[in-house]
Amino acid sequence: MNAFRLYLRYIAISLRAQLAYRATFAMKTIGHLLVTGIEFFGIWALFARFGTLRGWTLPEVALIYGLTDIAFALADALGRGFDKVGSLLKAGEFDRMLVRPRSTVLQLLGYELQLMRVGRLSQGLVVLIWASRWFAWTAGSIALVVLAIAGTIAVFLGLVVLQATSAFWTIESLEVWNAFTYGGNYASQYPMAIYRAWFRRFFTAIVPLALTSYYPARAILGRDPLDIWHVVAPLAGPVFFAISLLAWRVGVRHHASTGS
Amino acid sequence: MSGYLAIVAARFRSLLQYRAAALGGLFTQIFFGLVRVMILAAFYGASSRAQPMTLPQVIGYVWLGQATLLLIPWRVDEDVAVQIRTGTVVYELTRPLDLYGLWFARSFAWRTAPVFLRMIPMFAFAMLVMPHVAPGWQLAAPSPAAFAMWVPCFAGAVLVSSALTSLINVTLMWTLTGDGVPMLLGTCATMFGGLVVPLPLFPDWARPILDSLPFAAMLDLPSRVFTGNIPPSEAGWVIAHQLAWTIALVVFGRWLLGRGLRRLVVQGG
Repeated sequence: MNAFRLYLRYIAISLRAQLAYRATFAMKTIGHLLVTGIEFFGIWALFARFGTLRGWTLPEVALIYGLTDIAFALADALGRGFDKVGSLLKAGEFDRMLVRPRSTVLQLLGYELQLMRVGRLSQGLVVLIWASRWFAWTAGSIALVVLAIAGTIAVFLGLVVLQATSAFWTIESLEVWNAFTYGGNYASQYPMAIYRAWFRRFFTAIVPLALTSYYPARAILGRDPLDIWHVVAPLAGPVFFAISLLAWRVGVRHHASTGS
Repeated sequence: MSGYLAIVAARFRSLLQYRAAALGGLFTQIFFGLVRVMILAAFYGASSRAQPMTLPQVIGYVWLGQATLLLIPWRVDEDVAVQIRTGTVVYELTRPLDLYGLWFARSFAWRTAPVFLRMIPMFAFAMLVMPHVAPGWQLAAPSPAAFAMWVPCFAGAVLVSSALTSLINVTLMWTLTGDGVPMLLGTCATMFGGLVVPLPLFPDWARPILDSLPFAAMLDLPSRVFTGNIPPSEAGWVIAHQLAWTIALVVFGRWLLGRGLRRLVVQGG
């Protein structure tokens, strides 16, 4: 069986397991929808009071918010297995993954596709669709939306992999990483232009969320004339993800089991 | 009474052990605080209208919120959840203490020890480091009168938070898994407690409603007293609001627990 078909098999099993408890699933998803939906409600409330955010309008911010949240929800759902690395290591269960004739990355990606993230995904989609009424759409800008989301997913996935990698040294998964995953998501819900220069540089050169979502969004919103750089910028996402996979390999090599 | 105090003291000491976790959390909370300050400063920068809160007050409010974040009852007390799921809660009933009092004492320790662990370094950062790295974005020192009124308001916030936490424990008798109610309450407390948007910045029609809810008692009202948004002469109302909600939540929690215990079925021989 090739890797992709095996992955699909893993995912099918994971989905069936989650749907076994339908009521719990429904409650959790609705809860997740509410928890993430209040973030946009907050943005709306601030616009209701202030009218504008340094020249940015509510629909513009909504589009950026939608892009980021859709990507974060998908990355969160896909990378769920990497969240579990800390507890897998503690229990010595990671060794079982090492003896199987498949890569650890494939096994962890297939560990669980967290369905409950549909909550954040759907509110991100609703916000994006609501915002899209204000802008003129071309084939180019629609393609750019897809490209931006894909690039941003790769950045968030890369962060999840790096967080898991750090667990090889610390065993306990560190809360510090939440600043970059959840914090990165929070920060990139707003246009990067409103932040201080050092902060923008960090999210451009180190964790390239500005390149994958904010920069293409400028072209989608018609703030910049579309040029080749808006298309190239989201490619920073896959590059970041590839670097995180290299770090992961170093981590696996460093791994010393807790088992006997 | 000494029994409850002993529970508070023991739980407080055991919660103080998680110092490394508090340090890791501190970094994340500083990061979120910075982002929130930058966003709110950008909104203020674009607007020339007079707002119900000045920018320095809003910035102080954000840092105070980050410092006392753990007052928000997001999670259930896992020890109590396990007791209810496995039925060992009956051992608690055999103790010469009232079960609600016991839970309240546990909650009180849970709402103080971790809060102190994060509050002290966060205050130090926001008051002493911020003026050097980003002048104007620090937590300004309060006037002596504001500080004197903030201390009892903070104590009142701990009481409301403990009463809410105890109420969540009681609801476990019905829900068992303990996901739904804390999630819902936590969401309300985040939104209507001032963590997403400072409550004074909500639309004017919504403000009287939000101010009167118990969620305002935990982060919002004490922070407004500290920053001087609520003058010290009016802080008495804040304390009255907190005490009224504490009494209401305790009475409701006790009544609900009484009903829960009447239908409690413990399995096993």
